[in-house]
Amino acid sequence: MTISWDNPGTGGGREARVKGEANTNGDGAAPGPVTVDLRLSVNGRRHPITVDTRETLLDTLRERMDLTGTKKGCDHGQCGACTVLVGGRRVKSCLTLTVTVDDRDITTVEGLSADGVPHPLQAAFIENDALQCGYCTPGQLCSAVGMLAEVADGWPSAVTPGLDGEVDLSKLADEEIRERMSGNLCRCGAYPGIVAAIGQVAR
Amino acid sequence: MRPFAYERVSTARSAVAAAGEGTDAMYLGGGTNLVDLMRLGVVAPGTLVDVTRIAGGVEETPGGGLLIGAEVRNGDLAAHPLVRSRYPMLAEAVLSGASGQIRNMATVGGNLLQRTRCSYFQDVTKPCNKRDPGSGCPARAGDHRNLAIFGHSESCVATHPSDMAVALAALDAVVHVEGADGPRSVPMPGLHRLPGDRPDRDTVLGPGDLVTAVEVPPLPFAARSRYRKVRDRASFSFAVVSVAAALEVSGGVVRDCRIALGAVAHVPWRAEAAEAALRGAPATEERFGLAADAELARARPLPLNRFKVPLVRNVMIRVLADLVEVR
Repeated sequence: MTISWDNPGTGGGREARVKGEANTNGDGAAPGPVTVDLRLSVNGRRHPITVDTRETLLDTLRERMDLTGTKKGCDHGQCGACTVLVGGRRVKSCLTLTVTVDDRDITTVEGLSADGVPHPLQAAFIENDALQCGYCTPGQLCSAVGMLAEVADGWPSAVTPGLDGEVDLSKLADEEIRERMSGNLCRCGAYPGIVAAIGQVAR
Repeated sequence: MRPFAYERVSTARSAVAAAGEGTDAMYLGGGTNLVDLMRLGVVAPGTLVDVTRIAGGVEETPGGGLLIGAEVRNGDLAAHPLVRSRYPMLAEAVLSGASGQIRNMATVGGNLLQRTRCSYFQDVTKPCNKRDPGSGCPARAGDHRNLAIFGHSESCVATHPSDMAVALAALDAVVHVEGADGPRSVPMPGLHRLPGDRPDRDTVLGPGDLVTAVEVPPLPFAARSRYRKVRDRASFSFAVVSVAAALEVSGGVVRDCRIALGAVAHVPWRAEAAEAALRGAPATEERFGLAADAELARARPLPLNRFKVPLVRNVMIRVLADLVEVR
């Protein structure tokens, strides 16, 4: 297990590197797991942790840090249940290798509320009956937080009329919400409530 | 999954050096395709070189083009004001692909080099000449509904899945590559290759080659351009057929045009025959149809994807007609 941070300016571009090398047992057998010591920033706290390079952020959160709010659905990036925020942008934690995000701020559904007060989207999901079984809900919430930030930044979507036009959070249409949230599936079919809840917070 | 060493680099040269030293090294961008393929057992690198921290953005080039860093995320690319205003087909293509989360992860370089979504390629229990050369191609007699109608071979009928690459092929983009022997450039079309008897090779790049940037040359009339994608559901789905087009019309005559097709070949398919038929022709739906026919004369559809021939024709006519109407 190794992690090395070379002296700045001496490595020709490899000066700030995280490096995990194989743990060899010397008998010519298949190489063993490669592990790296990291400090992972999750919901505002830094956690020292040793991870296998193969480990996904989803598994690290759920299996190693007891942050089981983030859900494993398809584990192939297709359902959105594992959505978390990395550097403020929504991503799929099932396709994110933990070793790649040690220098990023990670926010999970457990980090959305503040001082016991639900995030406005959490309150709106309850008010609008935006869930049935609830399994997809943490991913829907993190995705919606990231999506509204994208809209606030003026990002267009595939259904935004005229790419040169302004993207206005206060006029976010249901069609826009549906398109922008298409990376999150809900097998219970709570979509009408989800769209209403997000629209209520946006507008 | 095979254990792998991991190295993060901050320059293209160090990435190439790290890949040269590593065992069975591959470059890691957003990981949206590569990590999934590793989990499926389709690929098994011994080293991952993480290139996402290499600095790069979207910069203007002299003359009005853009230089796009390979590590720019798809979401940032599609939102960029100069991409939206100068090359709307490129922004539309990126926005039509995948989902918001995937676009936030996926890089420009990784988007270009993503692998086919042919179901046999992704299933290690099935033969596939692309994954396991010489093992055979079940798609030709099996499920090829969404596979190629142009340029396929006995060995492989896979399609390239990227939307972005279709727009870049239409725009004559130039791919900047760093290799063991230094930097070079590869034009699009020309980066991706037809399968022939080597379907395991998606592109002309060699081992250790790293895509560092994509340069889009100036094309003023591309400010009026479109990417139209037909798919099996309204969002978060790969194309069944797509068309990227830019049209320069004056006095009712097509002065110049760029047309490329997606989900029809092993490469983003530049519709050169259609373009040749259109240049100098009246900008009418009848002539748009004749241009589509000129391109589709080269099509060799398979039994389950014959529908793509009229679909390409209809979508191409619609896109070109829309471009005339928005003038």
